[in-house]
Amino acid sequence: MVTVSPEASTTGRRDAQDARSSRRRRLLGQNPLGLLLSTPYLIFIGVVFAYPMIFAVWMSLHDYFFSAPGADVEREFVGLDNFVAVATDPAVWRSFLNVGVFLVINVPLTVVLSMLLAAALNKAVHARVFLRVSFYVPYVSASVALVAIWLFLFSGPGLVNQILGPLAPSPSWLINPFLAMPVIALFVTWKGMGFYILLYLAALQNVPKELYESASTDGAGAVRTFFSVTVPGVRPATLLVLLLATITGANLFTEPYLLTNGGGPNGASTSPVLLMYQKGLEQGNPDVAAAIGVILVILVLTIALIQRRLVGGDES
Amino acid sequence: MSTSTRADARAQARAEKAAARTEVSHGSRWGAILRYTILGIGALVFLFPFYYMVIGSLQLKPDTSLAGAFPNPANITLQNYVEINERIGLLQGLVNSGIFTMGVILCTLLFGVLAGYALSVLHWRGRGVAFAIVLLVQIVPFQLLMIPLYVLIARDYGLSDSYLGMILPFAINSAAVLIFRQYFLQVPRALFDAARIDGASELRVLWSVALPLVRPALLTVILLTFIGPWNEFLWPFLITKEASMQPLAVSLANYISTVAASAANPYGAILAGAVVLAIPAVVLFIVFQRQFNSSDIGSGVKG
Repeated sequence: MVTVSPEASTTGRRDAQDARSSRRRRLLGQNPLGLLLSTPYLIFIGVVFAYPMIFAVWMSLHDYFFSAPGADVEREFVGLDNFVAVATDPAVWRSFLNVGVFLVINVPLTVVLSMLLAAALNKAVHARVFLRVSFYVPYVSASVALVAIWLFLFSGPGLVNQILGPLAPSPSWLINPFLAMPVIALFVTWKGMGFYILLYLAALQNVPKELYESASTDGAGAVRTFFSVTVPGVRPATLLVLLLATITGANLFTEPYLLTNGGGPNGASTSPVLLMYQKGLEQGNPDVAAAIGVILVILVLTIALIQRRLVGGDES
Repeated sequence: MSTSTRADARAQARAEKAAARTEVSHGSRWGAILRYTILGIGALVFLFPFYYMVIGSLQLKPDTSLAGAFPNPANITLQNYVEINERIGLLQGLVNSGIFTMGVILCTLLFGVLAGYALSVLHWRGRGVAFAIVLLVQIVPFQLLMIPLYVLIARDYGLSDSYLGMILPFAINSAAVLIFRQYFLQVPRALFDAARIDGASELRVLWSVALPLVRPALLTVILLTFIGPWNEFLWPFLITKEASMQPLAVSLANYISTVAASAANPYGAILAGAVVLAIPAVVLFIVFQRQFNSSDIGSGVKG
């Protein structure tokens, strides 16, 4: 971007201009316009991410309650009181335990099944498009619509119990304290798997073909090749899947709200986010809800770091 | 360029297919049978509930036995659609969902293209920091922000029961920025420089040179963004209390959790609503399945 104005007649003026533009360049970089173009985006990040995030932490440390709009109310600093209230509430412990149950079922199933289906799809010749589309149809559909089908399928006299006949659990799936959370985990696994299959499919394109060739020269069978070449080859994708599945688990709301009628039976399928909604907005304790949110995020980040350490490798 | 990338993609797909075919001829027949058995079971598991949803929505009386999955055509009726429409107003719900979704898509495209261009083609001080922020935003879960955003948008700004309030938290999308950045990075530098030497301003370069070259990215971002707001439940649920402002996902959910108990054939009406809610997204992704490919998703998540 060389800007030399033609009417700059005197060299002195030109020098001054050059000096100014080079100073500007040193200060803002070669294309200061970049900053201008990013500004709307960065402002939005400030308004809908950064500020609310700080607000959430602030709220969790104060006695915050809903007041009439415009009213100037003093919010007392209460230190860790809200966190103590959260830590001594058995319902909160139950909800975090429920996410634990969710993750124990959802994560291994997601990783194993989506890797298997992606590997099979990658080698398939016929009906590739049909298969790929049918795998991601649940992913692109609204949770609310899919929950409706599962409610129908897993209801007391529903198709699943009809097929199981005498083996049907009693009480039925969604009102059974031991089965409600596993059904939610299965639902989320089923709904999200199409996306993970696509991730693995992309990762499989990056596994060097030579590795498969040398594996087959060495006489490795299909199973051996899968475990020795494919699985390590897609490790970066696995790390990503682990991370995203954990975040999904921490964000559960729609499924316990609708599928098990508000986290029932007796809180057996409550999620922390559902609890945040109930405590914060239904019962009017936004400060306690914010404290749950802060704890939740710290836990997710910790788990993500541990996973990174365990699975190893970088995302790139 | 856009046609050539598409041609490239097609050539690549053909090569993959050819490679797969040779591998099959090398591999055992049993391997292929096993592979298609797994894939077939997978497709059945993923598709059957959708089939069952449509069947259930067309039956006057729910038949939950296995035979009910293959209903007598005489039992088929659209009565459930009439019923759910009377209860929640399907058209109004679709319109609200549509406005919400369109608003989010427009904002995502506008801010995403500008930021993506600035983060890939232009060199400016602070670019590294800005890029780090874009990546960082992706790992902040919306749930941490739910309570403060509700306080800010619904109470402080008084935007509850408004489209603006629904759209605001979704107006920017880091995945879109990353996808645009990835595409802009692939455009040869010389094209931009040529336009600049011809005297085009930077905005002109973006509008007339860069954008037409990344048209596939536009479609990908529109598709990926669409499923966010169209399927979103939690945020519009928090912010809309008035039935006439609720997107279809919210009004259907409210019907499921409160009203359904009083209906004669609750599942029929619920499933009819579910069909109406699910169909736009499903049709869109079947029509544009070619544009929804795995590499874009990868760059959207990883950067």
